[in-house]
Amino acid sequence: MSLIECKNISKIYKNDSVSTVALKNISFTVDKGEFVAIIGPSGSGKSTLMHILGCLDTPTNGHYFLDGIDVLKLSDNELARIRNEKIGFVFQSFNLLPRVNVLDNVILPLIYSNINPKKRVELAREALKKSAFPEEFYYHFPNQLSGGMQQRVAIARALVVNPEIILADEPTGNLDSKTGDEVLMTFKDLNAQGHTIIIITHERYIAQQAKRIIALKDGKIIEDSKNSVSSKEFLKIRE
Amino acid sequence: MLIQDLIREAQKSILSNKLRSGLTILGIVIGIASVISMISLGEGTQRMIQSNIESLGSNLLTIYPGIIRAGHGIISSGRGFAQSLKNEDIEVIKNIEGVLYVSPEIQRRFQIVAPNGKNTNSTVLGVLPDYFILRNLSLQNGSFFTEEQNKNLNKVAILGATVKEDLFSEDEAIGSTIRINKVNFKVIGVLQPKGGSSFVNFDDMIFIPSLTMQKILTGSDYLSSIVLSAQDKNEVQELKQEITIRLAKKHNVDPQDPDFSIISQADILSTLNQITTTFTLFLAAIAGISLLVGGIGIMNMMLTTVTERTREIGIRKAVGAKRKDIIFQFLTEAIILTSLGGIIGIILGWLISRLISQFIGINTYISFDSIFLAFGVSALIGVIFGYYPAKRAANLNPIEALRYE
Repeated sequence: MSLIECKNISKIYKNDSVSTVALKNISFTVDKGEFVAIIGPSGSGKSTLMHILGCLDTPTNGHYFLDGIDVLKLSDNELARIRNEKIGFVFQSFNLLPRVNVLDNVILPLIYSNINPKKRVELAREALKKSAFPEEFYYHFPNQLSGGMQQRVAIARALVVNPEIILADEPTGNLDSKTGDEVLMTFKDLNAQGHTIIIITHERYIAQQAKRIIALKDGKIIEDSKNSVSSKEFLKIRE
Repeated sequence: MLIQDLIREAQKSILSNKLRSGLTILGIVIGIASVISMISLGEGTQRMIQSNIESLGSNLLTIYPGIIRAGHGIISSGRGFAQSLKNEDIEVIKNIEGVLYVSPEIQRRFQIVAPNGKNTNSTVLGVLPDYFILRNLSLQNGSFFTEEQNKNLNKVAILGATVKEDLFSEDEAIGSTIRINKVNFKVIGVLQPKGGSSFVNFDDMIFIPSLTMQKILTGSDYLSSIVLSAQDKNEVQELKQEITIRLAKKHNVDPQDPDFSIISQADILSTLNQITTTFTLFLAAIAGISLLVGGIGIMNMMLTTVTERTREIGIRKAVGAKRKDIIFQFLTEAIILTSLGGIIGIILGWLISRLISQFIGINTYISFDSIFLAFGVSALIGVIFGYYPAKRAANLNPIEALRYE
């Protein structure tokens, strides 16, 4: 059974009289352990797709099975629980809580899953280690960290509940190319450790780091291919 | 979400904007403090009146001539206008079982002149010797008059403390002769000051034998009122009925429609309690308005906070916060703010009521009830005025919230 199964997903935004079609009949599956990049220009529907995959939004038509669960049938509370347990988000603008230190930021999802406070710290430290965040900054606040460091905190926050999928929306978009590459390497490492990762990007060279590329245009899948470009070639393309 | 998490989140949020939180709390503090101090003022007054009346004796009954109609009050009953009580009535009452002491009151104001020429206008009360026991009056100096002196129409007088002060200052009064309405009376006693009771000030009166009063000063048989005490204060109501029947028979009137009225201290107390309760409620209502304004302040601040933290709410929802987690987070914050305001308000209200009694001299009393009430109300305000903003936060669409700048 696939981890993610999308069947004929459509999303139509209705705004008074005008309705905009964001996704048209999208079908694909993602298996456990995959590293997928969803690529497309702005307005191609990739953000909408990510919101649906992340259970932040529901499709207008079609079916979405996550780990065998029919997401469309879930209530708000059940969706919140799925987001909490099965999905880790990494955003372009990091989205850390500004008033809270690194460790507490990573702990945040655990607060909503009733894990006891002692265990939380343990899990958070583990996750920070996995995302290669240096220990001496655990008690710093987000505004005291560089962008790359902040994104590592965000990755740790996504990892801390040990989710089925990590959804990353333009994770390198706010970073310079060097730190961006470092963050991408972290994702590759995590994938190597068995985590399923879906990255959304509009830059092909980033997508080429993934093992599979799904390209969207005007709400439709125009390409779904295994990526054979190696890391070395990737660096060449960039240069 | 655990309770300690909720409290920790709320604490962080409150501390992150100390000035705004402080000002919002101040609104609640002022509201609660004014409610507490106003209620304490009302209750203090009520208690003062109650103890005043009880110090007059809770087993006392007073019979007034004429009818006191309901709704026209007891205090402005125009006693002395109707002339239906006479000396024989005293005898009737004396023979009723359950009556302990009885005395008439014949009241009139006269000009009083002391030997040294000082004069004053004061109330002269013609009474029987039992009156001093009934009213719990004690002597500072000299002696009371006797039944014998009453029968002999002796012209003797006992001065209240204020009257003595006015006429004699520091000089000895006992044995001097004063002139009441141009008749010479010998001063045989001076009373202990009883302090200003709110209604009757015995310190500012002169007491003379009732027969002397009737025969020499007023020249009529009529009584202003009759005061009596019951042996058992739990049987005051029964005694009241018995007296009504017996006196009505004596006066040849229908007991359902007598030509006199019997008022017990309990009647007066309940009327006055009604007044002071209204007064307390009125004060509390005014103070309550400021509490309401404080509550609106809380709501205003919470709405601002929700808007400011839209993105944070989006993040929390994305990582798995349920609607109720968000609602509780903001509600906890509002309740902590109002409860904090409530506690400070109670302390401030207590201080204010202490200052009122200290410097203005009005009695205040803070009951546990009013403290619980104030605290409960402030927490409730947190819930009521925090709920709408919290709900608004919980209803935010996470996608839009995450995009919010």
